[in-house]
Amino acid sequence: MFYRESGQYKTTYESDQAIFPIREDRIGIAIIMAMALITPFIASEFILASIMIPFLILALGTIGLNVLTGYAGQLSLGTGAFMGAGAYACYKLATIFPDINIVVLILLSGVFSAGVGILFGLPSLRIKGLYLAVTTLAAQFFLEWCFIRIPWLYNYNASGAIEVPERRGFGDLILTGPSATATTRYYVVLAIVVVVTLVVKNLVRGRIGRQWMMIRDMDIAAELMGVRPLWAKLSAFAVSSYLAGVAGAMFVFFYLGAAEPSSFGISLSFQVLFMAILGGLGSLVGSFFGAAFIWILPIALRVGLPAVGVDVGAEIIFQIAQMAVGALIIFFLIAEPHGLARLWAIGKEKLRVWPFPYA
Amino acid sequence: MDTLYAVFVDPFAQMIDMPDFFLQVLWEGFVAGVLYALIALGFVLIFKASGVFNFAQGIMVVFAGLTLVGLHEKGVPAWLALILAIAVMGVLALAVERLVMRPLVNQPDIILLMSTIGLTYFLVGFGEFVFGGEPKQMITRELGLPTGSTAIEIGENGLLILQHIDIAAAAIALLMVAGLGIFFNKTRIGRALRAVADDHQAALSVGISLNQIWVIVWFAAGIVALATGIMWGARSDVSFALEIIALKALPVLILGGFTSIPGAIVGGLIIGIGEKLGEIYWGPLVGGGIESWLAYMIALIFLLFRPQGLFGERIIERV
Amino acid sequence: MNARIQHVELHAADDGLKPGDVMLNIENVSLSFGGVKAITDISFDIRKGEIRAIIGPNGAGKTSMLNVINGFYHPQQGTITFRGQARSRMQPHEAALSGIARTFQNVALFKGMSTLDNIMSGRTLKMNTNFFWQMLHVGPARNEEIAHRLKVEEIIDFLEIQAIRKTPVGKLPYGLQKRVELGRALAMEPDLLLLDEPMAGMNLEEKEDMSRFILDVNSQMGTTIALIEHDMGVVMDISDRVVVLDYGRKIGDGTPGEVKANQDVIDAYLGVSH
Repeated sequence: MFYRESGQYKTTYESDQAIFPIREDRIGIAIIMAMALITPFIASEFILASIMIPFLILALGTIGLNVLTGYAGQLSLGTGAFMGAGAYACYKLATIFPDINIVVLILLSGVFSAGVGILFGLPSLRIKGLYLAVTTLAAQFFLEWCFIRIPWLYNYNASGAIEVPERRGFGDLILTGPSATATTRYYVVLAIVVVVTLVVKNLVRGRIGRQWMMIRDMDIAAELMGVRPLWAKLSAFAVSSYLAGVAGAMFVFFYLGAAEPSSFGISLSFQVLFMAILGGLGSLVGSFFGAAFIWILPIALRVGLPAVGVDVGAEIIFQIAQMAVGALIIFFLIAEPHGLARLWAIGKEKLRVWPFPYA
Repeated sequence: MDTLYAVFVDPFAQMIDMPDFFLQVLWEGFVAGVLYALIALGFVLIFKASGVFNFAQGIMVVFAGLTLVGLHEKGVPAWLALILAIAVMGVLALAVERLVMRPLVNQPDIILLMSTIGLTYFLVGFGEFVFGGEPKQMITRELGLPTGSTAIEIGENGLLILQHIDIAAAAIALLMVAGLGIFFNKTRIGRALRAVADDHQAALSVGISLNQIWVIVWFAAGIVALATGIMWGARSDVSFALEIIALKALPVLILGGFTSIPGAIVGGLIIGIGEKLGEIYWGPLVGGGIESWLAYMIALIFLLFRPQGLFGERIIERV
Repeated sequence: MNARIQHVELHAADDGLKPGDVMLNIENVSLSFGGVKAITDISFDIRKGEIRAIIGPNGAGKTSMLNVINGFYHPQQGTITFRGQARSRMQPHEAALSGIARTFQNVALFKGMSTLDNIMSGRTLKMNTNFFWQMLHVGPARNEEIAHRLKVEEIIDFLEIQAIRKTPVGKLPYGLQKRVELGRALAMEPDLLLLDEPMAGMNLEEKEDMSRFILDVNSQMGTTIALIEHDMGVVMDISDRVVVLDYGRKIGDGTPGEVKANQDVIDAYLGVSH
């Protein structure tokens, strides 16, 4: 119908290898970006601060996990802790270098979580599959313990929590801290997420991404074709935990405002894992779908149920939301194991060949 | 030098100094290990028969315990509550087979693992919805389980205190392992279970009903979960905090292998005793609380040297 | 230099060997797993430019032999000399670096990737732009990607699989998967190509196609080929020399004609009357 590639001839490999080779896709992404830019003018403070900002940040965390699990095939249950590593690193950096722009520090803090990720990725050279999942659990619980037991990490605060200091940048704009407006934080988050996503897309469509997928799909054949498993796996761990770290730093600095070790507990790891699986492993656009779905569903229930007259306590709604998420995960796995991204792709395919049922 | 002394000498000196305390720690570790082993046993049962890594085993323990206690709170006599709790686990097994396992047959491992994590979420929400989220007291006395303790004198004025419920837990664990061992190795259904575990399609082709087998193993795992829930509940409370502890079954499985019942027991004891000793004697050196991750680190280090687990066969990779 | 109009050709590297020189020499190699002997004291050589067949009944150790050659298994005894260099415990990716490529008995394609990406994956070793350029995907990284795409397209043309360029390989029929796998190995521009049962499970027409591809690769690109195959007709037709294995031992070696006349080989295939 209106989504059709026939007639769009490509005369160079360059245009064939573009991220969006089909014109309708380019128009679509332009519309989405325009909408993302005008959101602060039409959406309420609540939607911006409680839905859009955390959604974008968690989508980046999901992309991080997707690099590791979806592209390189290494299951991880420790994303929450890697996000925490980034958050604490950023907190320390912000304390030590108060004059450097916070955006720079956030991008830098990922380097520390990447280091931690490489360290805990080392066992992946000998350990595969579910066994590796347990070693990532070791990372999860060990890092959580560090966040509690190493007072230096939270500047010896009596509360044991980290509180985001006020930081200005880009010409005296308040970027972080209690008095930063939701609009400012939203634009900063949006910019970082868009740029980083683009970089990840470049990585996965090039040589490095292909090496990850080779290891994921058939590690023996990959090795016999010249891929060094050490390098491929550790680079996946590094990139993945870098992204998780940046997401974690943003999660505290632009969303939570203050965090304690339990903010980065195993439940956050699972939440991000669900986002990755529901969205579709090995798909960047799926990471956004998954993050939106898992983040918004409980909020929608919380807001929606009283609105339609079902008035029960907040606790009950929380329980219902949890049941619903669990049941929906099972339902999705049964209906489409490859996640929302596959449904999206099928939908596009159907449009392309419409009105015929198949090509 | 001081550090070396604190790490390599001092802890052992303490052990020799206070043998009764050392034995007490060993016993505590042993009991914790038995309970880890019981959770791991539930994992092994389901993994052996369906290749599914059942992440929900931990929450099944909580759910079973909650059902028992919750029913009793609503005025059901203890014996009837026990029977009903068993029945609920049976219904759960049927529902899981019908609604989760059957539609997902032949999917990759990771999908099945994910579905059990989904099941975990559902059961947590459902359990809290029905029985409320606050911790509950286990009805130890009403079920006729022993309470109280025995003190054994060690040396001149040392004391080793054994809780009766712990002894009962160890005994019940032993009985269950023996029973499951016989069930797996000596009965017709046991043979069918092993056949299914090896190859679904081959098992189907000789007339074994997958659906029936799955209901049976999930039910058996449910009963193991109930027993674990009772024992663990008697030691602390029945609450959703158990869920995190249940994750400890994972390193246990790593040590023992995913398919070995004796492995689950040995792995459970190594983890239980290892982490108690580590926490008491080495924990203070780094500020304590290392119990939360020590088990995983033990498993991790162990894996680096034996990636196939304690009882697993060496894997020969083929192309 | 404009990568888009540059004409490229695929060919094996010039290693100073003349056709007929010994390229790979296997001497007294033994391999066992625990107590099970897979290969016992086998010696043979592969000469540059030839098509060398390895045949034998099931379980004779043929695939193990290929695994030894490209470094996946490490033999307990014996030496392997490749282009004059003896090697010990070579890792698989080093074998790939030195110019050995292979296909697998059970197709080992990267299931989650398209045909194009699978064949591009064969170029991994030949790509070297750094992480920084890869992140930006401009300049050297993009030019490199396009230059290698040109080579890959040549292979796609050669194997006549243009129509399935963007199809995920998991959706392809078996015969085409085998062809894509050959393409992936060719993308490495190997000096020595190991083919493990390239025609298993194919019908007559597909076998004829595959035979033609193998002969073309051998003559046009100058690639030395070692292949395992069960179809005796094909083996005797296309190979220059044949080595016969049985129960992990070598029982025959020579031209197709010599092997056919070898009494040990006949016994191994037809059985011996007692």
